[in-house]
Amino acid sequence: MTSFDAIIIGGGHNGLVAAAVLAKSGRKVLVLEAADDVGGAARTEEFAQGFRVSSVAHVLNRLHPDVVKTLELERHGLQVARDDFAPSVALSKDGPLVLYGAYGEVLTGASSSEQSAWKELRAQLLRYAGILKPFLSRRPPDLAGMSLLETAALGQTALALKKLGKEDMRDFLRVLLMNVADLIDEQLSDDRLKGLLAFDATLGSHLGPRSPTSLLGLYYRLAGETGGIAGAQMLPKGGMGAVVAAIRAAAERAGVTIRAASPVARIIVEEGRAVGVALESGDVLHAKTIVSAVNPATTILDLVGPREVDTGFVRKVKNIRMKGDAAKLNLALDRPPQFAGVDAAGHKGRLVIAPSPDQVERAFNPCKYGEFSPEPVMEITLPSLADPSLAPAGACVLSAVVQYAPYVLKEGWSAGKPKFLKATMAQLETYAPGISKTVLHIELLTPADIEARYRMPGGHWHHGELQADQMLMSRPVSGWSGYDTPVEGLFLAGAGSHPGGGVSGAPGLNAARRIIAMRG
Amino acid sequence: MNHHPTMNPTTARTAAQSHFRTLRLDTPFQPRIDALARTQDWYNWAGYRAPHSLWDEELEYFAIRSQAALFDISPMTKYRIEGPDAEAFLNRVTLRDVTKLKPGRVHYTAWCDDEGFVLDDGTLFRLSPTRFRLCSQERHLPWLLDSAIGFGVSIEEETEAVAGLALQGPTSFAVLRDAGFAGVEKLKIFDLAEFPHDGDTITISRTGFTGDLGYELFVPTEKALSLWDRLMTAGELRGIRAIGYTALNRARLEAGLIVANADFTTAGHAIRADRLRMPDEIGLGFMIDVEKGHFNGRRAILEARTKRKLRHVLVGLEIEGNIPAEHAIVYHKRSQEVGLVSAAMWSPMAKRNIAIASLARPFGDTMVEDLWVEIYAMRELQYQKLMKRAKVVQRPFIKLDRRTANPPADF
Repeated sequence: MTSFDAIIIGGGHNGLVAAAVLAKSGRKVLVLEAADDVGGAARTEEFAQGFRVSSVAHVLNRLHPDVVKTLELERHGLQVARDDFAPSVALSKDGPLVLYGAYGEVLTGASSSEQSAWKELRAQLLRYAGILKPFLSRRPPDLAGMSLLETAALGQTALALKKLGKEDMRDFLRVLLMNVADLIDEQLSDDRLKGLLAFDATLGSHLGPRSPTSLLGLYYRLAGETGGIAGAQMLPKGGMGAVVAAIRAAAERAGVTIRAASPVARIIVEEGRAVGVALESGDVLHAKTIVSAVNPATTILDLVGPREVDTGFVRKVKNIRMKGDAAKLNLALDRPPQFAGVDAAGHKGRLVIAPSPDQVERAFNPCKYGEFSPEPVMEITLPSLADPSLAPAGACVLSAVVQYAPYVLKEGWSAGKPKFLKATMAQLETYAPGISKTVLHIELLTPADIEARYRMPGGHWHHGELQADQMLMSRPVSGWSGYDTPVEGLFLAGAGSHPGGGVSGAPGLNAARRIIAMRG
Repeated sequence: MNHHPTMNPTTARTAAQSHFRTLRLDTPFQPRIDALARTQDWYNWAGYRAPHSLWDEELEYFAIRSQAALFDISPMTKYRIEGPDAEAFLNRVTLRDVTKLKPGRVHYTAWCDDEGFVLDDGTLFRLSPTRFRLCSQERHLPWLLDSAIGFGVSIEEETEAVAGLALQGPTSFAVLRDAGFAGVEKLKIFDLAEFPHDGDTITISRTGFTGDLGYELFVPTEKALSLWDRLMTAGELRGIRAIGYTALNRARLEAGLIVANADFTTAGHAIRADRLRMPDEIGLGFMIDVEKGHFNGRRAILEARTKRKLRHVLVGLEIEGNIPAEHAIVYHKRSQEVGLVSAAMWSPMAKRNIAIASLARPFGDTMVEDLWVEIYAMRELQYQKLMKRAKVVQRPFIKLDRRTANPPADF
């Protein structure tokens, strides 16, 4: 039997990135994927006859440039052209407002004073997000003992802060932990624009725009880049599965063996060291290094088991908050919908129903008490407009991320799902009148469905809330944020680790670099 | 896991709110102890009113060494740990190998946090293959419950439900036999067995904190007083005496035993980072079994051992002269401060001036020569500073054959 240097558990995009980087370093790498295909929540799947859609993640806005470069993804089929950048359209009953280019280089539909206010705020947001950007591609600072290199890297951040100038630096520190609503109230007046920013800051997290620290979410979003342009976004041709296909191709080119439909039952630990994995099929595989690119809680509590680690660590892992609030709606439509007042280019972009920060906050309120939003906010894409291969001729795919749909719904999702769908469709109907009559097939994935289908506990995309207390050296838990774990030879490489979720590949890349540095 | 009896929430809240009306709880033996308490010298033991002494510290100490001393250990924290995984659970939580602890046996053990720092030490009683009692100084229920995640085990605090007595001293066996506990002579050191008492069952173990022949008795609270009376009656001609903590504390020092938060600061209490101690730093390294599988703190302890990060050592000292060196600073070459004495006394049994001290390695470890203690002896409102030579010696300071003799001697 072939033996491997490293076994990667989980063939999501982070697992594949880690595998590819490790294989490029000369290691023999095996990826074990539980599902029938790799890609995790970043697949392109057929949800109705002839209709294909990105499974959960549907907008590419933060695939890390180091990942693209290290894996030479463009050589393996990833296409990123400036023309592909998708605009963001803030839908409103008063007519839409459109942000073109990379996160609103050009703003249309707003007053001229608002346009200049936005220009200033956008520059400031990108400047401040830029300070945080270098953190994405390295281990979080380790307060207990940093290497010279790490200390130097942190020093560079301090230098970057200083370069901002005294006023900007003070302002950066002032706003860092603010809520997004208060900040945008300081500088903007157009509710549509403010609603969009409030939505983007809170997308995928259990926060409303008026929750403390909600601005961090916007910085996280803007620290991402596409094609070298900060804040840019695109709908990948062929859906998110095409991005994963490129990563997979790079991994296979580097010699990675991928085994699908091979769920891991447990990680074998001997004398405090991970030595292999046992599959659900009963097969046992050994390797010097085990990398888990699945959820950190699943890894420690289910695969390793609490008996093999210390009580304090189990406590920390159990306390990782990961109850998702985002649902995914996939619609098969017999013709493209018409969103009121939106032009053809806008329809190929990202359409956001979040008409004001108050509406986002009101949508969040019920979810604190285990209820869904009666008027949900959402992000809609129509991927088949730019890539007709995703739908039968003349038909259209609608893909939407809908908030807020709490993982633990008081009435239970079997009772609540039809009601939530009705509320969601009512919202769509308001902005695209007549859309309901064109629906051929509906697929609504609540966080509970996402959990079951994609093995994401809590249905949480990020495998752990991306809030201040679960970021950097506190991700996934304090004391163990550097991809290694208390179990020697076991590493974490998924979105549950720093810097977190979204299709970035950064956790996988950072983890692989750590393993190589440790000669694991 | 059930750890709380179900109670109507309102009733429970009302009950919990009145806790402040009793500043120090009484133990189930309090009526008897109060009747004997001439000195009225109390201290707070884990929230209970416990005696420092009852009538005379000196005579109470000699009751341990030449008669039979009865000491109320009810305030000791007690957990009932039961279930098919109880053994595996305790093996993960505590340092020693619990699979080697047979039913009917007791061992002294300790447990650590993730960083390998000692949370507490205590005694583990194996009552059956699947049932244990863990006794300790501090309270640990949240820690134990969180440690139980993934184990088929239930943990219940039984501090209030179970009263305890230590009966220690040369005549203790005779007292128990005369009290009618048939078969108690079969108990070897660290054995335990159940005995009928007053229509109920009590547990007697041949254990103690004195280094002497002695036993510990655990009794349901309702039968506490009848047990006390039974022992006192049977022991009348064997010189049985109730004692307080001061006397016990002397006996334990002679036996070389350490006390949590007196000889070391437990990890849950330490505020200053350098006060935390690993087992190897307080003389408990012998408990660590690295072969038994994972246990809390294993990784950190092994790392500290390999990377030589152990910074302290706990030692027994013999000090010249006869002035107790309580809390004296320990010096190397009379000048360099290297540690502190945590307990000290003139030992009437050893006829030596003894102490337990924590030293900064390598002192006390590889460098044991030229150690001194500085004793401040208060003499009519003036300190007389004495620099006395100290020698690192083995613990226990006294070894009594009667502690382990089989069958136990009849004095």
